[in-house]
Amino acid sequence: MMQAALWSVAMLLALAPAGIALSMWKHGSAMLYGACLLVSSALAAIALLNLLDPSHPVLDATLPIGLPWLGAHFRIDPLAAFFLAVVNLGGAAASLFALGYGRHEEAPGRVLPFYPAYLAGMNIVVLSDDAFSFLVAWEFMSLTSWALVVSHHREAENVRAGYIYLLMAGFGTLALLLAFGVLAGNGQYDFAAIRAGHRSADVASAVLLLTLIGAGSKAGLVPLHAWLPLAHPAAPSHVSALMSGVMTKVAVYGFVRIVFDLLGPPEWWWSMVVLAVGAPSATLGVLYALMQRDIKRVLAYSTIENVGIVFVGLGLALAFRAGAMNSVAALAFTAALLHVFNHAAFKSLLFFGAGSVLNATGERDMEKLGGLIRRMPKTAVAMLVGCVAISALPPFNGFVSEWLTFQAILLSPQLTSWGLKLIIPAVGALLALAAALAAACFVKLFGVSFLGRARMPLAAGAQEVDRFSLAAMFALAALCLIAGIFPGPFIDAVAPVARTMVGNSMPHQTSMEWLTIVPIAESRSSYNGLLVFTFVLLSASIASIAIHRFASDRLRRAPAWDCGYPDPNPAIQYTADSFSQPVRRVFGTLIFAAREIGEMPPPGSAAPARLTVETRDLIWRALYAPIGQAVAFATERINILQFLTIRRYLSLVFAALVLLLLVLAI
Amino acid sequence: MTLVRDLISQGLQMLLVLLLAPLLTGFIRKLKARLLRRQGPPLLQPYRDLIRLMRKDVVLAETASWLFRVIPYIIFAGTWIAASLVPTFGSGLLFSWSADLIAIIALLGSARFFLALAGMDVGTAFGGIGSSREVMIASLAEPAILITVFAVAMIAGSTQLSTIAEYMGSSAVGLRVSLGLALVALIIVAIAENGRIPVDNPATHLELTMVHEAMVLEYSGRHLALIDLSSQLKLLLYVSLIACMFMPWGAAEPRAGDLALAIGALTYIGKLLACGILLAVFETSIAKMRVFRIPEFLGAALMLALLATLLRFVSGSL
Repeated sequence: MMQAALWSVAMLLALAPAGIALSMWKHGSAMLYGACLLVSSALAAIALLNLLDPSHPVLDATLPIGLPWLGAHFRIDPLAAFFLAVVNLGGAAASLFALGYGRHEEAPGRVLPFYPAYLAGMNIVVLSDDAFSFLVAWEFMSLTSWALVVSHHREAENVRAGYIYLLMAGFGTLALLLAFGVLAGNGQYDFAAIRAGHRSADVASAVLLLTLIGAGSKAGLVPLHAWLPLAHPAAPSHVSALMSGVMTKVAVYGFVRIVFDLLGPPEWWWSMVVLAVGAPSATLGVLYALMQRDIKRVLAYSTIENVGIVFVGLGLALAFRAGAMNSVAALAFTAALLHVFNHAAFKSLLFFGAGSVLNATGERDMEKLGGLIRRMPKTAVAMLVGCVAISALPPFNGFVSEWLTFQAILLSPQLTSWGLKLIIPAVGALLALAAALAAACFVKLFGVSFLGRARMPLAAGAQEVDRFSLAAMFALAALCLIAGIFPGPFIDAVAPVARTMVGNSMPHQTSMEWLTIVPIAESRSSYNGLLVFTFVLLSASIASIAIHRFASDRLRRAPAWDCGYPDPNPAIQYTADSFSQPVRRVFGTLIFAAREIGEMPPPGSAAPARLTVETRDLIWRALYAPIGQAVAFATERINILQFLTIRRYLSLVFAALVLLLLVLAI
Repeated sequence: MTLVRDLISQGLQMLLVLLLAPLLTGFIRKLKARLLRRQGPPLLQPYRDLIRLMRKDVVLAETASWLFRVIPYIIFAGTWIAASLVPTFGSGLLFSWSADLIAIIALLGSARFFLALAGMDVGTAFGGIGSSREVMIASLAEPAILITVFAVAMIAGSTQLSTIAEYMGSSAVGLRVSLGLALVALIIVAIAENGRIPVDNPATHLELTMVHEAMVLEYSGRHLALIDLSSQLKLLLYVSLIACMFMPWGAAEPRAGDLALAIGALTYIGKLLACGILLAVFETSIAKMRVFRIPEFLGAALMLALLATLLRFVSGSL
């Protein structure tokens, strides 16, 4: 199995140079994506077989590459198997989607070589079992995704996105590098040695903070999220899906691996830090998403929200584990991992939908779309499923993981620490707020772009996308529904991971009556997605049949009523900005420093009235802009060094030498 | 035998909420009219309206998509199922474990999600304004009710409605500050969610402050009947919810005899009447708010609920 996994990854790596050759050929992209689809499916199958195997075998292998005295260690344990499954299910879906979508690529030579390399990078991060291979793979993953972000490099916006992404990725890797440096204090870099080693509480806390910065910046936690909404939408849509749906999960993997596995028993205040970062990320992410009008940017911001929810789950798991309540920790941990899987499914689906819309209309701006449900009915159905699922509404999968997180929050009064007792109700409120705002956000996304009337001719002439793209979308939509109405098997699949990471697991769910999920005890809480779904479906059908049969089934088409003033101009419809205006007025003045400036022409003038809305990203202004200014200031000062005479350079070299010798001597 | 009995009891409950919902609305309308010294429509007028609407043709806007025609059934089914899972005359219904309180609220959330989409479907300005205001109200009301549920669930040790109802009926509860705060928050949310005065006016049609009516402006015939019935069911659901959590007297225990069930049913009708009277008096004595005052109103509910939860975290007895 391990060999098969490593060979598959090697094949992905080999496909990268092949991509250069294939990009010259007309059917090259189909060949390459087909190959990626096969390899990813194989890897997903390996991961699932390992995860579902009741004996939970731990496989490892060492290859003589990398550092000569270390070699490259690889290992599949339940945690790695779970994330391997997520990565490759996402990868397989993206490859299937790209079979159709990739045909429209203008410069395939800029995408094809990097795509398999990027997939390989994510796989190696999950598989690697020593710090050196982990970091090299992490950086490889960052660089290949950067190359994909700037693949459409003629748009100035994408170049800026790529630049910021590169800086932030470098910063994140630096933090992880330091974390591993501190972890492997004795020079032992393989994970087994790190796990066995002992370290003081201060060192462990430093590692936690560094990991939170390193993995958190890749996952998009506020305030390290600034690159994410720029970079994710800039890439081609199937890559956006991978970056948002899968790469953020690799970052979560890094966090779980280091904090839950390598670092040993947690301090109680670690969970405070994680919760204090995760919960605001959830709420702020979705608030930002609600203010956007670019479909892909809405989805990117909503990724920040979902990563926040995952980190809330992980923070709760840390809190319960520190309080020696392993069974509740298992509940919170399972909720987090289930949300990892769910988010990978529906976020990929939504990015595919956005990509299909982009292909069909050439437009990402919602304000120019509208009425696509008539032009692209199948894409619309898949998108609708994704929107309902991501809004955490039953009977889809997003609800199950949020429900489990809420159940974990409800058990937290049993914690003894006062800090946690005060922070957890606020976390619950922020999470509830995020869930409600997410529904608003996706009503807007679907309502403005797919419903109503077409706002621009391009949207009016859109064509349904090809069958590969549709197949990828419907596969994921089906996954969202299945995971929503049969959550039991999915929870059971996560059980071995929870057992190895937090020392306990949720009760076996598939053996419950009627496939209900019962986190603790039935008298406490239970949810049965299947029954709810069946009941709703049944009563809707009964109502429909009864009314059509006994009352009336006649229907006439007529112009819209609109209180007697229907206007054929599509510009009278609510737009994305006007839809979010009430929410902006409620939350925006505080968080975005939003200001509305209305300009009325003087009486008698025929000039149009104008309403300008200013929103400012306060985090950018407070955190990023000063750093940028400081760097610019410093470079300007150091710039003089470029224009010295050779004599001065030589004296500089001499001075440096003397200084270093002095340091050595002392 | 018990299974059959339980099934009948669950089926009865489903029929009961469906039949009682229009009556509750009719009662409140009649009472409000009497309080304003008007004659008011007859008590049974909502039933007549529903039947008349169902028999009429549907006039569908030319720009409406298939989703617009499906949504009334989804909303109706979701609300009906949610309403049948809330204990009315007795706790311990057969399927009450299939969705706990959080799931019931989320089910209502699904219904609202689709209603807001319906408002956007035809592509008129009125639909959009209704939807955008509805999601603004929901974005505050939903967290408020979830936190209220947290407070109650932490006290009762369960999110299962039947368990909560039984716990509230037992003597273990006592007077608690957090429960009082939760009750006020729940009432505020119930008023907002059902579009009652002072948040929205269910009786007006052409007013720029309208929310719910603006979203359903394009509906007619059987579709409108279903949507009306759903909002009546939703009102009944919230009243039942308040009744079962904060007025648990008289409700039949699980597997109770016929007499207990009859007593439960009678007290339930009494509770409905009491809540209806309170709502009617409240609505006639207060004016509608401006739209941007609503966030403050709901924000108060959110803060009260949060305070209730915090009290529970800080002390087990408050």
